[in-house]
Amino acid sequence: MINMTANIAGVHFKNPIIMASGTFGFGREYSKLYDVSLLGGISGKGLTLNPKAGNPGVRVYETASGMLNSVGLENPGVEAFIVKELPYWETLDTARLVNLGGNTLPDYVLGAELIQRDADARSAAGKPAVDMIELNISCPNVKEGGIAFGVKTPAAQEVVRAVRAATKLPLAVKLSPNAEDIAEMAEMCQEEGADAISLINTISGMKIDVRRRRSVFNNLYAGLSGPAIKPVALRMVHQVAKRVSIPVIGMGGITSATDIIEFIMAGATVIQVGTYNFMNLRAGSTLVEELQEFMIEENISSLEEIRGII
Amino acid sequence: MATVISNERLADGVYHLRVEGDYGGAMGQFYMLRAWGAFPLLSRPLSIHQVNDDGVEFLYHVVGEGTKILAELEPGDSLELEGPFGSGFPAVDGKVALVGGGIGIAPLYYCAQELPGSDIYLGFSREAFRTEAFRPLAAELTVNVGGLVLDSVDFSSYDHIFVCGPHPMLKAAQLKGRAAQAAGKGPKVYLSLENRMACGIGACLVCSVSCRDGQRKACADGPVFLADEVIFHD
Ligand SMILES: Cc1cc2nc3c(=O)[nH]c(=O)nc-3n(C[C@H](O)[C@H](O)[C@H](O)COP(=O)(O)OP(=O)(O)OC[C@H]3O[C@@H](n4cnc5c(N)ncnc54)[C@H](O)[C@@H]3O)c2cc1C
Ligand SMILES: Cc1cc2nc3c(=O)[nH]c(=O)nc-3n(C[C@H](O)[C@H](O)[C@H](O)COP(=O)(O)O)c2cc1C
Ligand code: FES
Repeated sequence: MINMTANIAGVHFKNPIIMASGTFGFGREYSKLYDVSLLGGISGKGLTLNPKAGNPGVRVYETASGMLNSVGLENPGVEAFIVKELPYWETLDTARLVNLGGNTLPDYVLGAELIQRDADARSAAGKPAVDMIELNISCPNVKEGGIAFGVKTPAAQEVVRAVRAATKLPLAVKLSPNAEDIAEMAEMCQEEGADAISLINTISGMKIDVRRRRSVFNNLYAGLSGPAIKPVALRMVHQVAKRVSIPVIGMGGITSATDIIEFIMAGATVIQVGTYNFMNLRAGSTLVEELQEFMIEENISSLEEIRGII
Repeated sequence: MATVISNERLADGVYHLRVEGDYGGAMGQFYMLRAWGAFPLLSRPLSIHQVNDDGVEFLYHVVGEGTKILAELEPGDSLELEGPFGSGFPAVDGKVALVGGGIGIAPLYYCAQELPGSDIYLGFSREAFRTEAFRPLAAELTVNVGGLVLDSVDFSSYDHIFVCGPHPMLKAAQLKGRAAQAAGKGPKVYLSLENRMACGIGACLVCSVSCRDGQRKACADGPVFLADEVIFHD
């Protein structure tokens, strides 16, 4: 029997495949196509304390082996999520990550407190529905003056510390590949009490419509994801995994079992799958099956055997 | 995996694709199509042109990479279809006009079958196609090449008007609907939007449509919207 399981801060993953935030909604849509409980986990659409309408204009553009998105964190807000989505999450047998973003420091803290309070109430009733918070410090312009939290380590440190104090839930911090020094950023998160590091978020990119002589995006820049970013993601996972002792959740361009194995070999404990969900609406069930087959074929009995071997 | 029955060229860059299998769907719904591996990255949304016992049919215009690959499909080739997705045109009673511009006629053929006795208006910029297939299904068929087909439609004489076509046409239809309503006539105007999509099922939010009651998803809440609900930004 092969063992695909993993564990992060007491959270059990039946396999290392988690669906990445923003590409999987809260799982409902995909559950019409396959049983999402066969996944290792789901990271929900990024939430902010208050609802956000997201960006106007074109929100997606294809590139060579990737896509640019400018969704702008459209989301229903933490409270609506708790009321409308958590009862559904309760019914799922998979690890559930709440992806939490913010505009200001108090937003992050209040959001984390609301989730903690609800998690307490639910576990008192014997039905915990949130297994982990994935703190997204990769969203831009979070403070007046406009330095993204995720780029400069001191700014990021403030958020991680405040959120760590606001919740007892296992905390993964999702880093931006646009960070000045990704390994330093990860070390800081570990020191501040993070239980895991998620990386990478999308890479800031651009597309110009030459006939209209303007960027296709109202916001000028957009986030690049998909196979195009896999080499960068893999390198960053490798760098970070070498520097920290907490688990790394790796992602960026994964579309196959061998991609997953690459990330595990680079040091990831579990991985996330984003853009591939659009290329194959049944990505989750395809990958779980493929990974199992690959491990049998390659005589890998557990992911431990190959984790971080590079 | 689905199998191509035929993929016939109807006009310059316009193809009629018939796919075999047990595929259902309602008028105005769409499928996500993919006849390639990893690249292009995204699947392409195409409206249902018709469904019958043999399978499902599409009418498409070659505009870029994906549709170019579709145009090369031959009978017996396979492709991936996911769907049907979206909420299509409503089943309605009363006097109905179906108004299509260019490749926007694609979903209207299925509407014409479901709503016999509708007046059908088909507009083309250069070359008309597939109009003869519509003729037996129409109470009255109006074909316009090179002009604005919307100008032929008297909005005040219909209860329901379904419109699919290029962006400027949809905006114009919204205005004409409003003008008719202001004059005391109340046609309900429905627009089929073609926002760019990634997932097609309501999970990624790249297809967002600004509506009076907030953001809606073109793929899951639409692609068909009541014209009055939609806020056009450009
Ligand atoms: C619900 C829905 C139904 C549609 N039904 C039809 C139909 O029946 N017949 C038909 O010919 N076309 C239809 N379209 C438009 C069709 O999806 C695009 O023409 C097609 O995706 C272009 O792909 P491409 O690879 O050839 O072009 P490219 O320019 O290479 O495409 C690049 C990207 O832009 C997107 N894109 C480009 N043009 C459009 C467009 N007009 N609408 C949406 N996305 C676009 C593509 O999906 C792709 O992601 C529909 C679109 C939607 C959203
Ligand atoms: C459409 C879209 C929306 C996204 N939204 C979020 C989000 O809300 N929060 C977040 O942390 N990451 C978000 N991401 C980033 C993904 O979770 C993931 O980190 C990134 O896409 C890289 O993985 P991939 O190449 O497998 O897609 C989004 C990505 C895409 C494509
Ligand atoms: S295309 Fe993903 S939500 Fe509409």
